[in-house]
Amino acid sequence: MPVKTSLIVARISHILPIACLVLLPTLGLGLAAGMRPDQSKSPPIDFNRDIRPILSENCFKCHGPDPGNRQGNLRLDRKEDAFAKRTAGAPVVPVSLAASRIWIRINDANPALRMPPPNSGKTLTARQKDVIRTWILQGAKWSVHWAFIAPQRPKVPTIDDGRWTKGAGHRTSSIVNRRTNTGNWCRNPIDAFILARLLQKGLTPSPEADKITLLRRLSLDLIGLPPTPQEVDAFLADRRPDSYERQVDRLLASPHYGERWGRHWLDAARYADSDGFEKDKPRPVWFYRDWVIDALNRDLPYDRFVIDQIAGDLLPNATQEQIVATGFLRNSMLNEEGGVDPEQFRMEAMFDRMDAIGKSVLGLTIQCAQCHSHKYDPLTQEEYYRIFAFLNNSYEANVAVYTPADQMKRAEIFRRIHEIEATLQHEHPDWQQRMAAWEREVSKDQAEWRVIHADGDISSGQRLEQLADGSILAQSYAPTKHTGVFTARLDSKPVTAVRLELLNDPNLPRGGPGRSIYGLCALTEFKVEAAPADHPDATQSVKVASATADVNPPEKELEPIFDDRSKKRRVTGPIEYAIDGKDETAWGLDAGPGRNNVPRKAVFVLEKPVSFPQGTILTIRLVQNHGGWNSDDNQNNNLGRFRLSVTSAQKIAADPLPAQARGALAIPADRRTPAHTSALFDYWRTTVPDWKDANAEIERLWREHPEPATQFVLSEREMPRTTSVLQRGDFLKPVKAVEPGVPAFLHPLPANAARNRLSFARWLVDPRSPTTARSIVNRIWQTYFGKGIVRTSEDLGTQSEAPSHRELLDWLAMELMKPAMDDGRSTIASKDTVTRRREDAANEHDRRVSASPRLRATNASSIVHRPSSKPTPWSLKHIHRLVVTSATYRQSSKVTPEQYAADPDNRLLARGPRFRVEGEVVRDIALAASGLLNPKVGGPSVYPPAPDFLFQPPASYGPKIWKTSTGPDRYRRGLYAFRYRSVPYPVLQNFDAPNGDFSCVRRGRSNTPLQALTTLNEPTFVECAQALALKTVREGGQTDVDRLTFAVRRCLARKPSAKESGVLLDVLDKNTKRFKVASANPWAIAAPDPKSRPELPPGITPAQLAGWTVVARVLLNLDETITKE
Amino acid sequence: MNCQDHLYRGLDGKTISRRWFLQQCGVGLGSIALNALLQRDAHASQNPNNPLSPKNPPLKARAKNVIFLFMAGAPSQLELFDNKPQLAKFDGQLPPAELIKGYRAAFINPNSKLLGPKFKFSRYGQSGAELSELLPRLAEVSDDIAIVRSVVTDAFNHAPGQILMSTGSQQFGRPSMGAWVCYGLGSESQDLPGYVVFSTGAKGPSGGNSNWGSGFLPTLYQGVQFRTSGEPVLYLSNPAGVDSGVQQDSLQAINSLNRMRLDAVGDPEISTRINSFEMAMRMQMSAPDLMDLSKEPKHILEMYGAEPGKPSFANTVLLTRRMVERGVRFVQIFHEAWDQHGNLVADLKKNCQATDRACAALIKDLKQRGMLDDTLVIWGGEFGRTPMVQGGNDGLDHHPSAFSMWMAGGGVRPGITYGETDDLGFNAVKDKVHVHDLHATMLHLLGFEHTKFTYRFAGRDFRLTDVFGRVVPELLA
Repeated sequence: MPVKTSLIVARISHILPIACLVLLPTLGLGLAAGMRPDQSKSPPIDFNRDIRPILSENCFKCHGPDPGNRQGNLRLDRKEDAFAKRTAGAPVVPVSLAASRIWIRINDANPALRMPPPNSGKTLTARQKDVIRTWILQGAKWSVHWAFIAPQRPKVPTIDDGRWTKGAGHRTSSIVNRRTNTGNWCRNPIDAFILARLLQKGLTPSPEADKITLLRRLSLDLIGLPPTPQEVDAFLADRRPDSYERQVDRLLASPHYGERWGRHWLDAARYADSDGFEKDKPRPVWFYRDWVIDALNRDLPYDRFVIDQIAGDLLPNATQEQIVATGFLRNSMLNEEGGVDPEQFRMEAMFDRMDAIGKSVLGLTIQCAQCHSHKYDPLTQEEYYRIFAFLNNSYEANVAVYTPADQMKRAEIFRRIHEIEATLQHEHPDWQQRMAAWEREVSKDQAEWRVIHADGDISSGQRLEQLADGSILAQSYAPTKHTGVFTARLDSKPVTAVRLELLNDPNLPRGGPGRSIYGLCALTEFKVEAAPADHPDATQSVKVASATADVNPPEKELEPIFDDRSKKRRVTGPIEYAIDGKDETAWGLDAGPGRNNVPRKAVFVLEKPVSFPQGTILTIRLVQNHGGWNSDDNQNNNLGRFRLSVTSAQKIAADPLPAQARGALAIPADRRTPAHTSALFDYWRTTVPDWKDANAEIERLWREHPEPATQFVLSEREMPRTTSVLQRGDFLKPVKAVEPGVPAFLHPLPANAARNRLSFARWLVDPRSPTTARSIVNRIWQTYFGKGIVRTSEDLGTQSEAPSHRELLDWLAMELMKPAMDDGRSTIASKDTVTRRREDAANEHDRRVSASPRLRATNASSIVHRPSSKPTPWSLKHIHRLVVTSATYRQSSKVTPEQYAADPDNRLLARGPRFRVEGEVVRDIALAASGLLNPKVGGPSVYPPAPDFLFQPPASYGPKIWKTSTGPDRYRRGLYAFRYRSVPYPVLQNFDAPNGDFSCVRRGRSNTPLQALTTLNEPTFVECAQALALKTVREGGQTDVDRLTFAVRRCLARKPSAKESGVLLDVLDKNTKRFKVASANPWAIAAPDPKSRPELPPGITPAQLAGWTVVARVLLNLDETITKE
Repeated sequence: MNCQDHLYRGLDGKTISRRWFLQQCGVGLGSIALNALLQRDAHASQNPNNPLSPKNPPLKARAKNVIFLFMAGAPSQLELFDNKPQLAKFDGQLPPAELIKGYRAAFINPNSKLLGPKFKFSRYGQSGAELSELLPRLAEVSDDIAIVRSVVTDAFNHAPGQILMSTGSQQFGRPSMGAWVCYGLGSESQDLPGYVVFSTGAKGPSGGNSNWGSGFLPTLYQGVQFRTSGEPVLYLSNPAGVDSGVQQDSLQAINSLNRMRLDAVGDPEISTRINSFEMAMRMQMSAPDLMDLSKEPKHILEMYGAEPGKPSFANTVLLTRRMVERGVRFVQIFHEAWDQHGNLVADLKKNCQATDRACAALIKDLKQRGMLDDTLVIWGGEFGRTPMVQGGNDGLDHHPSAFSMWMAGGGVRPGITYGETDDLGFNAVKDKVHVHDLHATMLHLLGFEHTKFTYRFAGRDFRLTDVFGRVVPELLA
């Protein structure tokens, strides 16, 4: 095990002689306007740093990539155009100001001709002109925007006598500069990059923060929770040289790491628990949230992390987890208010997906190109739609998913069923002949059905899509109660019966066939009317004599979700319930979990055949009154996809064979797959009287099948959609069809790659992708230091703000993709080759038992000891470890007025980061300090206390479910709070948490009175103050001073100063006295429920507890408590 | 979403040191002095320590404040503002085929029968404004308002339509107009938020919180929801057992400990935190007084139809006036009640009874207080309604191609009716005013050139009006 962790790049003093810094070369924009130094001696102009931003800001809008807006047919964003000869001369002629047209035009004496033109609202400053002048005179070196060139490992700067030079690569750069009289500040190459910049600017780093501050910072950063006093004590007592690195390892291995960093990804993934828009219905998608947490905890390599989310479903033998990961793209909002066109909002969701990929993976703003070619980056509108085309072929699928425990249970059930069936077959070797005989018997027993193409009435607000097979897909708004009216014009053939088929569709919950949250539906009544085609008004109702169906469940009361507040007993049951004329009874489909979401059919025989000489107008009424009361919740029980047919045959009944078996039967025996045979056998065995016991045993096993959860995922269509360029992004105005493809300014797709979503996902994480790795390391940096190396972390493109440390960004990107650094003394492999091999084996296993679900239990932290500490490619934990073990990160955040004035934004990092933590962490800190925190990881979202009125009209559009958690779920971490997009949980909203409407890779950080009111008065914070007070009097020691120290340490990790203690003890005394008077009720403040009073330790009075509650509330409201120092 | 970088951007070291010095002199009382001093600074209009401090707009402003009466759900222009005798004539007939060619409707088959107006119209005031009998009170102030009959929008579903009206885009994620205005002008109020939102209808707005969100602007510019009953602002009241004495002690201790930390670590953000707690306390003290309508004279209560203690649209409108008086920059009232797919006649009567009096009273009251000159009042929904019937003969569907709004005060030309629709009220045919134009005009009145009032995000300068919008000169006084 290697012991030494850090690579010592240089040793320099914290107090460098300022004199030597004066001699540092002034770089770039150091030139003051009006200076006219000899150009050859001027510091070199860097095109990307100094020139491109000027051109981009002032010129590209009219002379850039967008042809629609281009003026004078001039482009200045490409070298070939900027240097090309034109009638008046070339825009740029190296070394010649007199010949360079841009120089002439920006200095034109005539304001009307001067560029940029007056109506653009832009002007060039004297300083900007000077930079352009110097650049031309220096030879006008041009380069592509830095972020569009794949990163190369830069040389790590070495420090030489206070100056910095570009040294060799980091492996040989561990030069200890013995000439400077120094300590060893640099701990790894990050520090060399930072220090070089600091020295250049005449700044010096700050000393290291004290151990307590450091541990609190580290803990808040890595797991989003403050350290406990015990953890602080252990760290203080640990005198080993690598005690800090051990803390890093401990925290990186914590399951809370995935929660903390997962939340940031969830912002980018615009995760929320509801649909958004008007209905804003709850949507069960927490499996995706947990997938993110788990993937980070096991340090799933970032390339695979991205591939799984963009195209996990297309991976060979995709596991449940890989499919769940595609929930990423499905986190888009969904509009199902009455009357919307589903295609319009599918397209809105597509635009949102493009935006999310742009921001979260590419770090580029591609959404501009939705309406027109990008004005700044070289992305054309057509290229935008070519990327779009990769994503445009998916169903909006919603599938059943199972927890690892339930996956195991399912596998066991399937194993035992398979065993019983195998035994039957083994014990009856003639089964194949017997089944074949049965097949012959039933293969010809079906009547001829004619599918009718009926027009549906859409006044209920539900939209009906006519599919090619004559079926109808109900979409968009789902009324809780309605009657679907379908009218078809038929010929004169007599109609003896009507068949209703209920079909699966990937767009329906759990694949349908219904639209309820279970993918089921209930048919209250089936009614038929007929009119002669030549007398459409002479409609008469037609009596249904009898009905049969292939599923006839026993009578069952409706589930609570369908409560319609009528207080009537409403039931589902066999098919007769659909023709009994009663509004309380309906045909239901429930065959128990595991077998529910399959096609069903019912046949309704008419009392008398219907026929008119001129043809028949047949009207079918599908009464669906078994939904609940609230259409702003998921309370519909409607048909999803269905098809109507008629027949003229006599003596008709519903085919008892399941659709799957009937389908298999249609395939010639010699072409059937084992799955086909199995489908036939599954049904046929139930018809064999002798096998009653075995069949009953299998039925019993099915009843043990667990109820699934659901998850929005992607599922690829077999028939691709046509993708077109849309005029101004209007889905009704397709201009030109396009094929999937990638933009020309980025790396190409491999020539032989299939043009599908999986290839696109792989392309995104190709090491040649210039922005993918940079984008994620930049955001990691942003989280630690408050700002990214590129501050505009959503946009690394032409209009991005120049990076503060471009080479460091590249170095980190390279370390992510191709790590060269030893990552220290770690013994914890997040995802090493061993684990990978294990997963590959699991994949192999899955391939063999494709019917059974993936069984790999996801272990939050797969800890393995490994001999080598070589990090694997794309390991995010590696980057975290590098950052937090750097000297840069470990600096004190204290700041003097001079330091502050020199760098108010702390862009150069001459001090450590200090800023208020994110909203979730603000709350988590209070919960942790008070001891109330429930550290459970994962599971359905919870409902912490929130005012009821928020979830009721008129605060909310519709009445929303908010069942305030009373048990341990009340004190779960902030990231588990249920997220309604239209009514965000106010505690988090007040602290700048995004609501998931769109991808957010950079949160705001405001400081407002509403935040003060929240931490002072919000019920959870009040309960935390009460709990902290109680804990303090119970566990804090025997004296008030001890107790105060106890309470302060739980909030701040450190002990209070004498002065601070003075203030706090005063508050304690004053308020203890206040609550001691007879008229006061100390329990009112000290207990959540003044009637249920907690037991107090001997010698502690309720007034004292009340005093401590005041103190605890003060502590939880301190700036320092909610700040990472 | 963005960081608060802008707080310190563009400041020279001297200003920062000076601020520093002032903070070191003691925050709390000092912070007030600090703000006062900084306001006299060269950067006065952009006090960086408080992004909500009042700022002057770049151009001459006619309006300082905005009250937006958002009639969510989309009221029928054909029953309120846009009298169409021809529609009455063709009642029960199908619309001309060329009119509905390519028309997409939300619920109805576009080829549905025309529905004649159900209410009578008359002309009022010197301006001769034509108004429905449903709006007798508004008729009394018809010479003070400008009616626009030719508003058009792009959306015909509620949530996108409302988001477009509130943010200038159907896509979520853009700052609301109130957030833009607070970003541009800050707030005059030291103890109330700059942007306040109410919801008074039967439901909340379809677009939810995004109607008053800050989008990519700093989150402190988002609207703060107030209620007219119970706690006016979330978490405003002290918890049980905490009286004003406890609260005073607590805040003093919090601020004094925060001040010690400021001394120890020097982060100016701590002084902002201290200011936040002080303003929170001021809000706690002033809000109950603000919300207490019982102090309003009887004739004012009567004028609005407000009854203290009984939440209503009228109470809210009166509260709005009290807020604007106290320096709140932008108030938006969402009254989601106007989605008359059915029950058109009864519901319109009910809604107008609930709102007409208070809306007119607001104009009168602002006028008599001299506040109408610099307060812009805007009334309207997210779109209009079809001339075609939905259902039997008592409902209308969503319609984006023409609807009516009115504006008053704040530099709007009073007593005019602007824009025309065709004979059936189907399309705006003259002087169309798109939602973007409305926004451009509003910004113009507030002293902004809408094409130059931008915020840089994701590499692009964003505007409330996106790449559209024109100021409507005819609407300006």
